Amino acid sequence: MSEKEIGKGRTLTFEILKYTPSDPESKPHFATYRLEETPGMTLFIALNMIREEQDPDLSFDFVCRAGICGSCGMMVNGKPLLACRTLTKDYPKGVIRLMPMPAFELLKDLSVNTGRWMNGMSKRVESWIHRSKERDISVLEERVEPEIAERTFELDRCIECGICVASCATALMRHDFVGAVGLNRIARFYVDPHDERSDEDFYELIGDDNGIFGCMALMACEDHCPKKLPLQEKIAFMRRKMASIK
Amino acid sequence: MRDYIYGYFGISVEGRRSSKPALLDRLQSISGLILALFIVGHIFFTSSILLGKDAMYAETKLFEGTAFLDKPQPIVVSFAVLIIFSIFILHAALAMRKFPVRYREYRVLYTHAATLSHLETKLWIVQALSGFLMFFLASVHLYLMLTIPDKIGPYASSDRIYSDRMWILYALLMIMVIVHAMVGLYRLYLKWGIASDPNPRRSRKVLKMVMITAILLLSVLGYSALATYMRIGYEHRESYGERYLPGNGIVKGDME
Repeated sequence: MSEKEIGKGRTLTFEILKYTPSDPESKPHFATYRLEETPGMTLFIALNMIREEQDPDLSFDFVCRAGICGSCGMMVNGKPLLACRTLTKDYPKGVIRLMPMPAFELLKDLSVNTGRWMNGMSKRVESWIHRSKERDISVLEERVEPEIAERTFELDRCIECGICVASCATALMRHDFVGAVGLNRIARFYVDPHDERSDEDFYELIGDDNGIFGCMALMACEDHCPKKLPLQEKIAFMRRKMASIK
Repeated sequence: MRDYIYGYFGISVEGRRSSKPALLDRLQSISGLILALFIVGHIFFTSSILLGKDAMYAETKLFEGTAFLDKPQPIVVSFAVLIIFSIFILHAALAMRKFPVRYREYRVLYTHAATLSHLETKLWIVQALSGFLMFFLASVHLYLMLTIPDKIGPYASSDRIYSDRMWILYALLMIMVIVHAMVGLYRLYLKWGIASDPNPRRSRKVLKMVMITAILLLSVLGYSALATYMRIGYEHRESYGERYLPGNGIVKGDME
């Protein structure tokens, strides 16, 4: 393999937003870093190298490095992506601009507080099984047909990375909008046979312009979701169900 | 009293949410669907001029009720325009709820659309902008059709477009209404989906291509018709006001 093929030697330019809102002295600006590209380099690797070698003050979030934990969502040249799954070789110009995801509370540089947002969303859509009877944990749960369980598991794959929210123009304009992650969560409990909530109960949670009717079907959530969740299909499904409430 | 409670607190006396948001969402989509389908038909019908003056004349008379009346009655057109105008106002009122209304909303939307590189997000700005401009442009057109329905015909329309300089308004309105309507139809599918659709992602790709193709075809058709009206209006400029009669001559004055 030639040097060109493995990308060795290419100098990457990173323009990274630096800002600490809690520091009155801090002013938002782009800091520029240059780094030699290595084979298979991800943004996770690049950011760690920058922090180790050039700027120990640079803040960003990572946990799993494998697209599972949903911690490393950031705006990469304008698109919300998981940094751990983004390869530098996919940027032929070698210039990569990183910004924190909008819509979330900015902590520092690329670190945002998705946790607070997701916690609020979970409470808002009452993201837990609702049953009329208290469950006896000493006996086995009711059996569920595998294909029905599969439908629930499919939507449970959401990692709450916040990329659907950061990509959604509606969520950026209207901060009260429940977002695709919230609507997907509702759809997940809707298909779960353990949950006894009725259409009317779900309507109480998302039946307004901040909920399902606020979605303008821009499809940025569907197009950017790193887990390829069927958001287009499920949001339309919930809209049909909720719009039929009389 | 119930209205006071809901108005101030957002919940009914039973402690439930209003079903009005569901109704408004349905009405926005239904009114948009009616208007978009109407526009497709409208562009085809006005393009009858491409088949000749006689074809456009015959169609005009048809819409004045000759199928069920003894003689053409332009008031029939007025009545149809009144219905469309009403649906248009209803749709505008409902769709306005989604517009960016504050500067911050506009600014973040503009920045996002400029950087995200995402067609549907950009198209929504196009829809919001075209919708806003149509408040004015379409209202002028609809008001004219409402008040002078008798002045629709091969010469009357051409005179209006060329000599009365309505071509400027029509040229602007045409592309806005075509794009707004076709993107709107595409978005209706995305919003509501089809319950029995086995592959929604594939359907979306197909419908996106259908949307783009429809925009191109309707634009070619619409602007060709507009150019034809312009040509007829130019040739007829010295006889402004003269009305067309098929085959055997023309009638002086405003009324056939």
